Amino acid sequence: MGAVQVVEVMGTVFSIDVRDPGSYGHMIAEVIRWWHWVDHTFSPFRPDSKISRLNRAELTLYDCGPQVAAVLSLCRRVKRVTGGYFDASATGRFDPCGLVKGWSIETASAMLTRAGARNHCINGGGDIRCAGQPEPGLPWHVGIADPRRCRQLAATVLVGNAAVATSGTAERGPHILDPHTGGPATALASVTVIGPNLTWADAYATAAVAMGEQAWPWLGTLDGHEGLVIAADGTRRQTPGFPSLPRSGSLNAR
Amino acid sequence: MRRAIFAVTATIAGLVLLLSFKTTALQGPTAQPPAAPIPAATEPRRSTGTATRAVTGPVVNTKWGPVQVKVTLAGGRISDVQALQVPGPRVLSQQISSYAIPRLRREALQAQSARIDVVTSATYTSRGYRQSLQAALDAGR
Repeated sequence: MGAVQVVEVMGTVFSIDVRDPGSYGHMIAEVIRWWHWVDHTFSPFRPDSKISRLNRAELTLYDCGPQVAAVLSLCRRVKRVTGGYFDASATGRFDPCGLVKGWSIETASAMLTRAGARNHCINGGGDIRCAGQPEPGLPWHVGIADPRRCRQLAATVLVGNAAVATSGTAERGPHILDPHTGGPATALASVTVIGPNLTWADAYATAAVAMGEQAWPWLGTLDGHEGLVIAADGTRRQTPGFPSLPRSGSLNAR
Repeated sequence: MRRAIFAVTATIAGLVLLLSFKTTALQGPTAQPPAAPIPAATEPRRSTGTATRAVTGPVVNTKWGPVQVKVTLAGGRISDVQALQVPGPRVLSQQISSYAIPRLRREALQAQSARIDVVTSATYTSRGYRQSLQAALDAGR
């Protein structure tokens, strides 16, 4: 247990917070190596990545190895489940970045847990994977950034073992496209999804932003997941089981 | 934890101000505003374990005497707030017990909800991270 470890990778910053007493330096170093490997393998911005070479048909899928095949398979499943609103091939090239980040964090969390670091929290550029407890008897307090007010929180959720993913326009503008129209999705400022697995929570959050107005009823149909939608005009809706702290009044009012 | 103690201290000061209005009604218009509170007592940086322990807050000196509270922690969370010292006559003591302490308890619990472990947001760039709440949290640990 010690300071939060911060690493710049995949164009963003990852934070690793291990609360178990003892030293997990070796496993954290392995996790960081894993993330750099993922970056080098999957980044479409690196011309020599496996994904770039696959897209140029310089490599076959078989050449790329099992992890790339696994990611491709996941992308297909997610596209189906989201009705095409999450589509790694929407631009014509295969770009799994929207799934790879969450997937690599989910894998890292499993690595830490297997090594005995059962109480940890990873923030990969805004997508969170929590495991165990921050302190005995306490849930993780996860703040949700307000997409319209810099450095302010829109809500706080309490979670144990859970993934919390947020997609939206606050950081990089309307970069999420609606694959069906090809245009930018602008109706929603942010969507936060809580679920058991960050690969899926991340993909669902991205798909929800792409859906715009239709995201709200759709989020309620996802078994085992909770969601918060903040529209561009600030109005918000959350699923009935969304584990947010009341914004005012006593904690007893639940 | 420290933030919660500060919040309790601020609430004590606010409540003493509130009580000063009530005592004006009782004693007439000669009552004056209380002195500013002194800084909070220090306490251990991290709570560990699930044992119950008590932390005594600062003594806030008021015109009518000292006000001091004790905060009980169970499993690292505030579970109770009790008055150790209350100033003045019995009437004031009763007011504090029936009004101020329940309100203190509520405010202390709310102050706890200000504790954040991590922040979720849309993906920031490396540059964006530097201005983020998450960066502030990471630097603080």
